[in-house]
Amino acid sequence: MTTFLGIPIRRHADPSSPLREGESFPHAARREVNNEQLRGNLSRATATIRGKRAAVVAECADWEQLRDAGSAIKADVMSRLPELLEELERNVIARGGTVHWAADAAEANEIVARIAKSKGVDELVKVKSMATQEIGLNEYLEEVGIAALETDLAELIVQLGHDKPSHILVPAIHRNRAEIREIFLREMPEVPADLTDDPRQLAMAAREHLRRKFLTAKVAVSGANFAVADTGTLAVVESEGNGRMCLTLPETLITVMGIEKLIPTWQDLEVFFQLLPRSSTGERMNPYTSLWTGVTPGDGPQEFHLILLDNGRTNALADEMGRAALHCIRCSACLNVCPVYERAGGHAYGSVYPGPIGAILTPQLTGMHGHNDPNSTLPYASSLCGACFDACPVKIDIPTMLVELRAQSVDSDRGRKVPGGWSSAMKAMSWIMADDKRFRAAEKGLAAGRLIAGPDKKITKLPWPVNGWSSTRDTPAPPKETFRQWWAANRADGSDGDRAPEHNQKPEGTEGP
Amino acid sequence: MSVGSREAVLNKIRTALDGQKMPGPIPREYDTHGQHAPGSEHVIETLVDRLEDYKALVVRVGPADLADTVSSRLQGFDRIVVPAGLPAEVLEACRRVGRTVFVDGDPAILSAAELDEVQVVVTASRVTVALTGTIVLDGAADQGRRAISLVPDRHLCLVRADQIVETLPEALHLLEATRPLTMISGPSATSDIELNRVEGVHGPRTLDVVIIENS
Ligand code: SF4
Repeated sequence: MTTFLGIPIRRHADPSSPLREGESFPHAARREVNNEQLRGNLSRATATIRGKRAAVVAECADWEQLRDAGSAIKADVMSRLPELLEELERNVIARGGTVHWAADAAEANEIVARIAKSKGVDELVKVKSMATQEIGLNEYLEEVGIAALETDLAELIVQLGHDKPSHILVPAIHRNRAEIREIFLREMPEVPADLTDDPRQLAMAAREHLRRKFLTAKVAVSGANFAVADTGTLAVVESEGNGRMCLTLPETLITVMGIEKLIPTWQDLEVFFQLLPRSSTGERMNPYTSLWTGVTPGDGPQEFHLILLDNGRTNALADEMGRAALHCIRCSACLNVCPVYERAGGHAYGSVYPGPIGAILTPQLTGMHGHNDPNSTLPYASSLCGACFDACPVKIDIPTMLVELRAQSVDSDRGRKVPGGWSSAMKAMSWIMADDKRFRAAEKGLAAGRLIAGPDKKITKLPWPVNGWSSTRDTPAPPKETFRQWWAANRADGSDGDRAPEHNQKPEGTEGP
Repeated sequence: MSVGSREAVLNKIRTALDGQKMPGPIPREYDTHGQHAPGSEHVIETLVDRLEDYKALVVRVGPADLADTVSSRLQGFDRIVVPAGLPAEVLEACRRVGRTVFVDGDPAILSAAELDEVQVVVTASRVTVALTGTIVLDGAADQGRRAISLVPDRHLCLVRADQIVETLPEALHLLEATRPLTMISGPSATSDIELNRVEGVHGPRTLDVVIIENS
């Protein structure tokens, strides 16, 4: 049974990279879990969004068919990536755009800075984009003397709060209204002192703060939600209108896009435009979606640069199983349903991609380099409950991939002298979990773990790589009943699997710390 | 123009994909059209429901009442911008009671700062999706540049009943991909504060939709 499917062309990301912030998940999680405010804010926000998502998904009679199509389209894209990228490039150039290719973060950052400098600006406006966060663009631009102004409300809250994003869709999800009010009062000179914490007033303060910047900006930087190969069209999906401002008013637009954001045809948008808003903000449709193809004379930016970014994506692509992580459309549904995310928060993952998707994507992009690499602990940031898989609009099987990555993380430590027991245990786990029947059978045996727990039902020491976790946090003994067994017994009605159980009665040992 | 690492990236992708199993065909079992005809009563009612849910204003009028309706919806505003290709009767309605109407591009286009001084933009639209409450603008002469429907704080948008389809796939079929497209589902909003939707941020804070019924 071989578990290492990756072609070893992995590269260490810079230790200061936004994909590897230096602290292992268990250590960071221990600190964050003790932050009561954070936990309160997160559980309120994720409960709201789970309810909204469930309601708009239930409305869609063909939801499962859309998911099937979305998943298959993304698999098709990955298998034909070179030809589709070349097709996109041709179409963008034909419509007056310029296409750049960046192998890594440094190259992409340099290209953006070079274009901005050639326009003589020391400030630019930005639409929220995971790709530019991943490459640390704002920090790089600051070093070369260009201020990058985030215009999405949540990004603005994070930027003004000198803080880090903790969610891929709502980066300031860890902040409540009272905290946001304080940040605005402190950082926005023009806000009135009687600003209340009414969300509408806070949104108006942001509008005032950014208005003049939008009207005068010369250069904008955006990401892209989708790029259509057969037409050369780019799409940005947003709510506030800050995206439209950035995509419409400046003379020069620079879009940084991961090479996996591609879809083959215009028709394919009908699948993703239905899947994405319902999965992300729980709306039938987001307020604004902008679509543009190259340059339109007399309308919008007259200079358009598209930067196609690799930055580790080809590493993930080389792994036939890991490849599916690149199907992600960054909706954040998996974060919102994840019990580990809800308790630990986004910062604990030490990457711009937190939550279940981050736990698989981050180690794939950076590679895992053994024991001392904080990203080696990310695949353990999960209870494998499966809620993320059920919620994912493109059906990424995150739990199975986590198990696979756990095996790889153990393999990555081979160079070191680790006792072999754990690694063979992990391989066995991987074999068991890869098959549903085997998994169910093995679950029954899990109760054996209760025997190694002390009388207080806690296992206090686990072998590496979870020893980081167990040294800071007691692991409850495996419950008498597994989550799946409990679920089947209590939810035999087949109700939506991504809703948090309403019953107070929970399986022993699955409650958070 | 430098293309950076083009060949290097493409080669890495080819190496990564070498020897892969090709995925199967794409299943497209989802609905590609609705159960109700474009512009039918059911479709219009669905649209009204969705727009109200988004906190947009919406009114249904017969073609004969269009001009008067436009004029009354503009009551209280005196600086209006319109695209050059708006129907003559609508333009006339905008100009009533001494309102100042700027026609973008006739003679000159308005700068962003000038647009910021305008209170309302009046445009037509290309196609509308009832089920999601989504109005699409495609930059044609009766809709204008993207900037004019973005900067003013209020958007009065005209939707003809025969342009209303039930589902998103139907709408995408009617659109020309390479035009600059804006899909609008309600006034600008944010869910960034505790994930509660608040209407009105950077885009027009009020969306006022006039549905023109078939005669
Ligand atoms: S993995 Fe799936 S659910 Fe999670 S963010 Fe990506 S697309 Fe959404």
